[in-house]
Amino acid sequence: MTVARFWRKIPQRYNLIGTKCETCQTVFFPPRTLCPDCRRDGKIVDHHCGGKGTVVTFTVVRTASDQFSNLTPYVLAIIELDEGCRLTSQVICEPQEIFIGMKVKSVFRVITEDGPSGIIHYGTKFVPV
Amino acid sequence: MRDVAVIGVGCTQFGERWDTSFRELFVEAGTLAIEDAGIGGESIDALYVGNMSAGRFVEQEHIGALIADYAGLTRAGHVPATRVEAACASGGLAFRQAVLAVASGMEDIVVAAGVEKMTDAGDSTDVLAAAADREWEGFAGATFPGLYAMIATDYMHRYPLTREQLAMVAVKNHFHGSMNPLAQFQNEIRIDTVLRSTLVADPLRLFDCSPVSDGSAAVVVAPLERAREFCDTPVTVIGTAQASDTIALHDRRDISTLDASVAAGNRVFERARIERRDIDLVEVHDCFTIAEICAVEDLGFLKKGEAGRFYEEGQAYIGGELPVNTSGGLKACGHPVGATGIKQVYEVVTQLRGEAGRRQVDGAEIGMTQNVGGSGATVVCHLFRRT
Repeated sequence: MTVARFWRKIPQRYNLIGTKCETCQTVFFPPRTLCPDCRRDGKIVDHHCGGKGTVVTFTVVRTASDQFSNLTPYVLAIIELDEGCRLTSQVICEPQEIFIGMKVKSVFRVITEDGPSGIIHYGTKFVPV
Repeated sequence: MRDVAVIGVGCTQFGERWDTSFRELFVEAGTLAIEDAGIGGESIDALYVGNMSAGRFVEQEHIGALIADYAGLTRAGHVPATRVEAACASGGLAFRQAVLAVASGMEDIVVAAGVEKMTDAGDSTDVLAAAADREWEGFAGATFPGLYAMIATDYMHRYPLTREQLAMVAVKNHFHGSMNPLAQFQNEIRIDTVLRSTLVADPLRLFDCSPVSDGSAAVVVAPLERAREFCDTPVTVIGTAQASDTIALHDRRDISTLDASVAAGNRVFERARIERRDIDLVEVHDCFTIAEICAVEDLGFLKKGEAGRFYEEGQAYIGGELPVNTSGGLKACGHPVGATGIKQVYEVVTQLRGEAGRRQVDGAEIGMTQNVGGSGATVVCHLFRRT
């Protein structure tokens, strides 16, 4: 992966900085640069998400791509943040602990590595509250 | 707009084709299709080929030209060849481009093909994950089985569907596949086979998942008014529709309803001016068992939550109320990603011609295809009628 592709995602992946449309007040995480409802009438600004949310649905990934195979089994979920936006993330808990409606909060973790001497990709995972 | 008919079809054996290369697969299917149409290469005005990821699977891009070259279409006519990509819906989309080209009057005889060579790649799970949102799903560790598993978790939380009923989708598709000589898996399985198979992404097990496959399929379309010049049994394309939705599953209005499937389904039935009850068979995109459950509901054949009972009653079998995936579907026939949408057309046309052998749906007159890209970001539907 090129360095540029890595660093331009740092605010979002490290600090959950999404965007907000000031016209309709909708918060976007993952961030969007165009509001899908207001389109060109929308005004997009940065918005820092708080990191608290609720599990909408989940799975336990037991067969992963090579990049994630050392982590299996891991819990993967769609989480609705308190701001109303949804994202896909890992939840750090035992497979039998996860349930729909579980309250979670974000934590800063290593996600993957580009091989033994490559870039370490940090990002957000969630833990039960 | 002109009416369009399918005048020829061809499909390779699906499976692990270790001895056959990407380009050889396509030539095999294309040759079968033009022989079936009784035309020569000089009659072909254009070629559309559906292919998801030759760049990652076999490190080859520029697929249109490659295929035109090896199909012998560059020397005389310099036939225009265009690659179409929409992940797992690439084939259905290629077919739609061919139909639009003929309907518009721009072209007369057009080949629509699909091809994928998946077994040459090391990490096909990662290649397929590119059909979802790489930056916000793939980055977090989402796999394709993982995304459909989250659809299944949501569906089973909200609607009555047992783990056994979900397994019945795979059991039915293997039964249909056992009567399809081109299918990757021609063995019957039992509910236990599914329930005892290894977990891939809870609640989905290995036998809920379509396989990694090699294969190609091709069809030839022409204006309906000229179809009988080439073919005694043309099949008319009575509807084509396509719809888009968010690339990421987490951004959908409803996790276990594919809104693009609802939209494409509604559009295609409106355009063809027929009802759901007129359909004699449907090929849907069962990349995972839960996808078939969602498909029959989202296309409007059943209300949300009714599919479990429908499958338990065996109504999706040949001879049932609505035969679903008579080819064996993606599960048993195999899923060479870019070829699947064209294979669905191949199956429906074969059925409507009455040439499906042991798996023939008696008196089939109207059939449907539904091809899904990603976790539901692209859906393509077509309706066909025996002419």
